[in-house]
Amino acid sequence: MTDAPLLDVENLWVRFRTRTGVFDAVRGLSFTLGRERLGIVGESGSGKSMTGRAVLRLIRPPGMIEADRLDMHGEDILGLPEKRMRKLRGGRISMIMQDPKFSLNPVMTVGQQLIEALRAHEPVSRREARARALATLDEVAIRDPERVLGLYPHEVSGGMGQRIMIAMMLLPDPEILVADEPTSALDVSVQLQVLDIIDKLVRDRGMGLMFISHDLNLVAKFCDRIMIMYAGRIVETCKASELARAQHPYTLGLLNSVPDLEHPRDRLEVLQRDPAWRDAPSVSARA
Amino acid sequence: MSALSIEHLNVWFGTGAERTDAVRDVSLDVGLGESFGLVGESGSGKSTILRAIAGLVPTWSGRMTVAGETLGKKRSKAFYRKVQMVFQDPYGSLHPRQTVDRVLSEAMQLHGVRDIDARMGRLLDDVGLGAGFRFRFPHQLSGGQRQRVAIARALASEPQVLLLDEPTSALDVSVQAEILNLLADLRRDHGLTYVMVSHDLGIVGHLCDRIAVMQDGQLVEVLGVEAMRRLEAQSPYTQHLLESSIHAIR
Repeated sequence: MTDAPLLDVENLWVRFRTRTGVFDAVRGLSFTLGRERLGIVGESGSGKSMTGRAVLRLIRPPGMIEADRLDMHGEDILGLPEKRMRKLRGGRISMIMQDPKFSLNPVMTVGQQLIEALRAHEPVSRREARARALATLDEVAIRDPERVLGLYPHEVSGGMGQRIMIAMMLLPDPEILVADEPTSALDVSVQLQVLDIIDKLVRDRGMGLMFISHDLNLVAKFCDRIMIMYAGRIVETCKASELARAQHPYTLGLLNSVPDLEHPRDRLEVLQRDPAWRDAPSVSARA
Repeated sequence: MSALSIEHLNVWFGTGAERTDAVRDVSLDVGLGESFGLVGESGSGKSTILRAIAGLVPTWSGRMTVAGETLGKKRSKAFYRKVQMVFQDPYGSLHPRQTVDRVLSEAMQLHGVRDIDARMGRLLDDVGLGAGFRFRFPHQLSGGQRQRVAIARALASEPQVLLLDEPTSALDVSVQAEILNLLADLRRDHGLTYVMVSHDLGIVGHLCDRIAVMQDGQLVEVLGVEAMRRLEAQSPYTQHLLESSIHAIR
């Protein structure tokens, strides 16, 4: 069973009931995630973040998740009781959020939060939890982890905060990591550093990574496989190395609208949206 | 004649032991009609320079001349007619309970624009929105449309200099392209001078003629966009920045 995908999703829908009827944020997505780096790209509102949250069952009412299949290691996530889900969430599957400023608890020290995160999932002593927290901080390239453990979130920089978040998510040793725009709140030079850390950890530990981003170029450089989302559906999927051969006008539009230092143009191309993209059936991204 | 000239600018926050020097001894010159970029990491002082020019930071020393007017601690009304600023976050910079009409007419009243009605229509056309958007509230607009309103507000007083603080960083790449094209058109049509802050060298390289690289509150170097494209930076820091932002795949 080693080749079985970590995550197997078929016909996933995320719906919200609103005053004006039901709004479909994700419309019939199918994909699998193995021990690989899968990039999910799209604009705001394309449903990429909702896909990430649905996989962790983090969508609260009035939002609804429906799927023909949503299996993690053969276990049906949708049917699980909330108690079991809490064990999986953070334990086997973790999520790195966009902005460390809003995701770390401002009134707890870094150390307290890290230790709590680990002890929520494993019956380890406080002393052992502390030792592992130190080791993980070291893994995410934080100098002087002893000192950092005693700091409050407002005392650390954005890049450091994001690395602390990563450390926290990795402590219980998850198999699947969902990273939702993990670097968009960071400076360019820090971005690369944080990506390198995620990359190294994913490789070393053999995890599956779902990397959600609006930056197609970044994803192309960083992931193995890409799925491009538009209006809640997958419009195209390809190997990251073959992005240059992408066909779909939406993908091409995204690629061409980015100003590029090396290839200056007088005017940037503006995406002309075709209503047909919205109605075209979702492409399957099953490996 | 230069549109904007800064000599030995220092900006600090706090006093005594708490004092942080955000900008240290920066001098630069922006020509009339030029588009000038300021780049650097967070905390390098690039936005602080913009805020000092706009009069949003009281603690500064040095000499600043904008459109022939030497700036003191207080700015004249004429100064604000000539210099306007567009902020980073269109979600935060528009009043949520005021319509586009109210936002723009208030700006025009403050600057004593006559014939507000006719000018309103022209402003909305200029930023590519059209009269249909006049009575909408911010929550009825997308991020890109909001930023267009913010740009229209800045244009209301018919300024000569626009200060742009990361005008597209809160937007999707596809919408960013529209706003960048709009800014390029407006500069050409109205003969504007831009000073733009961004951390994205691709954007700065697209819109600007010259860029200044900042680090730790100091100016590392000023280079032309051609030199930047050829990756011919003098300082190792600029070289490092250039190399980290070359991630294009084509």
